[in-house]
Amino acid sequence: MSASGLTLRQVRFTNKAFWRNPASAFFTFAFPLMFLVIFTALLGNGEVPIRGMDLKQSTYYVVAMATFGVISACYTNIAISVCFNRDAGILKRIRGTPLPGRSYLSARVIHSMIVGALLVIITLAFGWAFYDGTWPTGLALIQFVTTFLVGSLSFAALALALTAAIPNADAAPPIVNASILPLLFISGIFIPITDETPDWLRIIGDLFPVKHFAEAMRDAYLSDVTLTRGGVTIHPFDFQWSDVLVIAAWGILGLILAARFFSWEPRR
Amino acid sequence: MSGSGERVIEVRGLRKAYGDVEAVAGIDLHVDRGEVFALLGPNGAGKTTTTEILEGYRQRTAGEAMVLGEDPAHGSRAMKERIGIVLQSTGIDPFLTVHETIELYAGYYPSPRDVDEVIDLVGLAEKRRTRVLKLSGGQQRRLDVAVALAGDPELLFLDEPTTGFDPNARRNAWEIVKNLTALGKTVFLTTHFMDEAQYLADRVAIIAKGRIVVEGAPDTIAGRDTMRSRIRFRPPADVDLPPLGQVPAGNGTVEIRAEDPGRVLHELTGWALDHGASLESLEVSRPSLEDVYVEYTGGEEGTD
Repeated sequence: MSASGLTLRQVRFTNKAFWRNPASAFFTFAFPLMFLVIFTALLGNGEVPIRGMDLKQSTYYVVAMATFGVISACYTNIAISVCFNRDAGILKRIRGTPLPGRSYLSARVIHSMIVGALLVIITLAFGWAFYDGTWPTGLALIQFVTTFLVGSLSFAALALALTAAIPNADAAPPIVNASILPLLFISGIFIPITDETPDWLRIIGDLFPVKHFAEAMRDAYLSDVTLTRGGVTIHPFDFQWSDVLVIAAWGILGLILAARFFSWEPRR
Repeated sequence: MSGSGERVIEVRGLRKAYGDVEAVAGIDLHVDRGEVFALLGPNGAGKTTTTEILEGYRQRTAGEAMVLGEDPAHGSRAMKERIGIVLQSTGIDPFLTVHETIELYAGYYPSPRDVDEVIDLVGLAEKRRTRVLKLSGGQQRRLDVAVALAGDPELLFLDEPTTGFDPNARRNAWEIVKNLTALGKTVFLTTHFMDEAQYLADRVAIIAKGRIVVEGAPDTIAGRDTMRSRIRFRPPADVDLPPLGQVPAGNGTVEIRAEDPGRVLHELTGWALDHGASLESLEVSRPSLEDVYVEYTGGEEGTD
């Protein structure tokens, strides 16, 4: 079988195992959807002062939770599940078979991207059904999909790189969460980064990929939003390709570190 | 059996150092096609390190190694297509069923065995649709073997395959290995169980402190077939034994080492009949593989 055939086959089995594992199915898949419902139900009627306008909280959280879903599937889930499989000896066993290591890892990443895409679609459909949300079209759709692809791949690469710093499966959830939770808070995923957010917090957020990912996803999603100021119509959510470049740079860094330090066996 | 046939594994002067510690300190060995070769030794003797070098998991520090005509250090796909590995610890996705697991692994190989046939071979037919999670420890170990067989390998590595088994499960595992040899497979086995090596292996090498100390067929290793037999019994309390060279052997028994056990036994039992004495716990044994093992490894038990 060709390498791509082997990879696709591996995706199928990874998928089977994923949905049967209550922990991965719940924390990766149900969690973001649960947060979506909680945030929109709790805060959906408020407004976020952002880019000189007042954006409905529900609109804000629909796309923020879509982004969170992608990070949850492609970063948190990959990093933790790879550590567990490494501790269980599954990775070592795979190394003893003719399956190329990159086929195995590609399959994991592709599977997580599918789960991430599914979460994005469900989240946007939720916004469309309950909060007059729209679907990105035309150029915005291209920007949205590109951001998704670059973001999911980059977070997956960073996740694989991070596993090299995690000694065993017990340490995986705390280390992975410690690496991502603070960023989720200061990058506008759980709490909006508004016009009132202190500059220093924005600057810290700008250094890391989460904020760029959240903003690129949001700007593509909200590119139709217009605002009339002094008789001039403007698009406050102006998609910046530079956001995608920053995410990609982090992704490449992750890939280099993963290629150099990724381990198929746990450190004892 | 040794010395004939095609060399499947050939190792010369193999060394592996971890820092200052030499886990493998210069090993020579070879395994021929169709042979069951056992590397027997205490924990920490270097069995697993040697095996993992041959499987391609570890890089050697020095020496030569060939597995199926290839240097295992290169970890080539071609070599991996022809070997099956049972690691010391299991490593199978708990959420797939037995059938799915074998199907998954079989798919990695160019000419796999039939999935159901492999499952039957290890006696898991009734568990076909059961998730790995729900299997007992022994069943998971059998699944390990099944996974290693999925690709129909020519050469099978079994690293302490029955450690932690109850006696019945061990017997079953041995039968599985015996079945493999009937299929013409070559088996490289590590174990610290004497009886396992005795029962399964065509050839045994005893390893201690990273070196092979003695090697041979289990029945003749270190001349055990020509060594003196051992006669052991509990002497009667009230009568003195004739001088037959007996020495105390603990637990109130005595032991006689005899070149010609038939003659000594004849004298002994004749004497017992004449004196109306009984010889309790009488047993005659040849030096066991264990005796050889203890002699050559110094009875040491290291730590892994």
